Amino acid sequence: MENNVILSVQDLDVKFTLRGQVLHAIRGVSLDVYKGESLAIVGESGSGKSVFVKTFMGLLDANGYLDGGHILYGGQDLAQFRSEKEWLTIRGREIAMVLQDPMTSLNPLKTIGKQIEEAVVLHQGLKGEAAHQAVLSCLADVGIDQPEKRAKQYPHEFSGGMRQRVVIAIAIACRPKILICDEPTTALDVTIQAQILELIKAMQKKYDLTTIYITHDLGVVANVADRIAVMYAGDIVETGACDEVFYDPRHPYTWALLSSLPQLGVKGEPLYSIQGTPPNLFHEVRGDAFAPRNPQALKIDFVERPPFFQVSPTHKARTWLLDPRAPKVDPPAHILQLREQGVNRHG
Amino acid sequence: MADNREILLEVKDLSVTFGKKRNPFTAVDKVSFHIYKGETFGLVGESGSGKTTIGRAIIRINPTAGGDVLFHGEKINGPISRAKDREVTRKIQMIFQDPMASLNERAKVDYIVSEGLYSNGSHLTDQQRREKVAQALSDVGLLPEFADRFPHEFSGGQRQRIGIARALVMEPEFIIADEPISALDVSIRAQVLNLLSKLQKERGLTYLFIAHDLSVVRFICERIAVIHKGRIVELAESEQLFAHPLHPYTRALLSAIPQPDPISERKKVLEVYDPACHGYSPENPPLWEEVEPGHFVQGSRRELDAYRARL
Repeated sequence: MENNVILSVQDLDVKFTLRGQVLHAIRGVSLDVYKGESLAIVGESGSGKSVFVKTFMGLLDANGYLDGGHILYGGQDLAQFRSEKEWLTIRGREIAMVLQDPMTSLNPLKTIGKQIEEAVVLHQGLKGEAAHQAVLSCLADVGIDQPEKRAKQYPHEFSGGMRQRVVIAIAIACRPKILICDEPTTALDVTIQAQILELIKAMQKKYDLTTIYITHDLGVVANVADRIAVMYAGDIVETGACDEVFYDPRHPYTWALLSSLPQLGVKGEPLYSIQGTPPNLFHEVRGDAFAPRNPQALKIDFVERPPFFQVSPTHKARTWLLDPRAPKVDPPAHILQLREQGVNRHG
Repeated sequence: MADNREILLEVKDLSVTFGKKRNPFTAVDKVSFHIYKGETFGLVGESGSGKTTIGRAIIRINPTAGGDVLFHGEKINGPISRAKDREVTRKIQMIFQDPMASLNERAKVDYIVSEGLYSNGSHLTDQQRREKVAQALSDVGLLPEFADRFPHEFSGGQRQRIGIARALVMEPEFIIADEPISALDVSIRAQVLNLLSKLQKERGLTYLFIAHDLSVVRFICERIAVIHKGRIVELAESEQLFAHPLHPYTRALLSAIPQPDPISERKKVLEVYDPACHGYSPENPPLWEEVEPGHFVQGSRRELDAYRARL
């Protein structure tokens, strides 16, 4: 597994300057992405998950900058890139992205065919009739009927789900190695969502892609992910294989997140809810960022930032609870119930 | 089973159409249901199914093209007296989906919360009004001092609380919650759901809960109606509906919800709904019947028989 790292992020720091203040959006994050896997990054809005993946493509807003760290991909350090020209060798060609809202990510003034053709011409080097044929096969690939007719239509003539298919077609037409899906189905209905997720999975298989999903919907995560990274306040607090994180979570934030799902609630009783709000990243965070909201926080959680503790070869969490010196703290009842479920059904 | 319960709101053959007379678009097509006092009734469907339109028709924002809406047994749609209109406007309130978009950016919380009081001619002194606003804010777990702030100073969850306070200040009996938690984060959702059920217990409120996420609806609602293209296709108590979904559309919807459970997700079989599978025709019209106590389904004669056999 170790040799198959396709993208490696090391100690990445991202900061934004806003009205003279500095916002520390990503706080020393390291993450390896393995070839062919599908990785899901889970977190609440404002946790920095979108900012994190945007750094892989050089798409940070103008007031954002990298403040140390490395992004290793294909023998290069993307964190050292300065010019747009360098980024163009990566963007689309190596790493492509599917954004949340298909209503806004397509150009309303160009036909669907033209928009896919741009990608085909630029990245596959085709021209004229060959390019046109490639566009049609792209559309057929993502399950759009009558590609000949649909290619001549404009985005407003497509439904939300169909538009998202087109966006995926454009991303795939670049023949990338990594496909980043940033909340790919949040704007869609559940029945359409299921179809789009199936499509992305089919494309991953067909083109041998590595996919990174960003989402806050744990249902989607359970459906698509091989591996999960849980993000909180600009830091990854737990990573592990899908089943490890769902059935044997170790970080108190992951516990809280899973416990507050209505699917696990008992009717008539209040749902578990996380008290308080995420920390203000304009100020320096001391210790474990989740400690102020964690009823079981230890003293050291407020003083020193915990390192990662390895739970299994694939599973690690950043919490002092895993330190051998820590007192034994039982996870909440919901989590114990999940663990039991996982164990029983695995046999 | 619950026949002795008081019916608060009844919708009979409600139709809502949009567009010109010559070429109308029927968004809601002869929908009927009733809501008991004190219950939470869920209305579930995809975007474009007409679920929000039903809510808006009940609260008199959209005019109805046919049918009746009865509140406490009195008709409240179409032309009604001004006094009745005032009363209904006060007693039925709505909570909206996106707390970022539904609050006036340029008004202070104080004004946002008391706007209903102003426009409903409640003749309160300034002192009384302020007290009511402070009370409503503390009821939803916000500090009364927040009245002097602007919406942009609040997080999504807090804004949704302001939206709820805005509805509560009118002392309503019935609240239409239109996707109140869809725009919120997972951890905030739980807070808002808890708040809604706490308020219901304390004040005996009745909710119409409009949503597309069946898993949330199952948790909070006692009965659920599934709506497809402006028609209710299935209505049952929530556990009944999840245990025996009968209509193919309900089944497709249930199979599509992603469960936060990797093992069952891997085994999942997606069902796809094709409206042509019913084969409805003038000779074979869709019927609306009760197949088990409290469980209604739409289907042709043959389909209904098959549903009954399955139970």
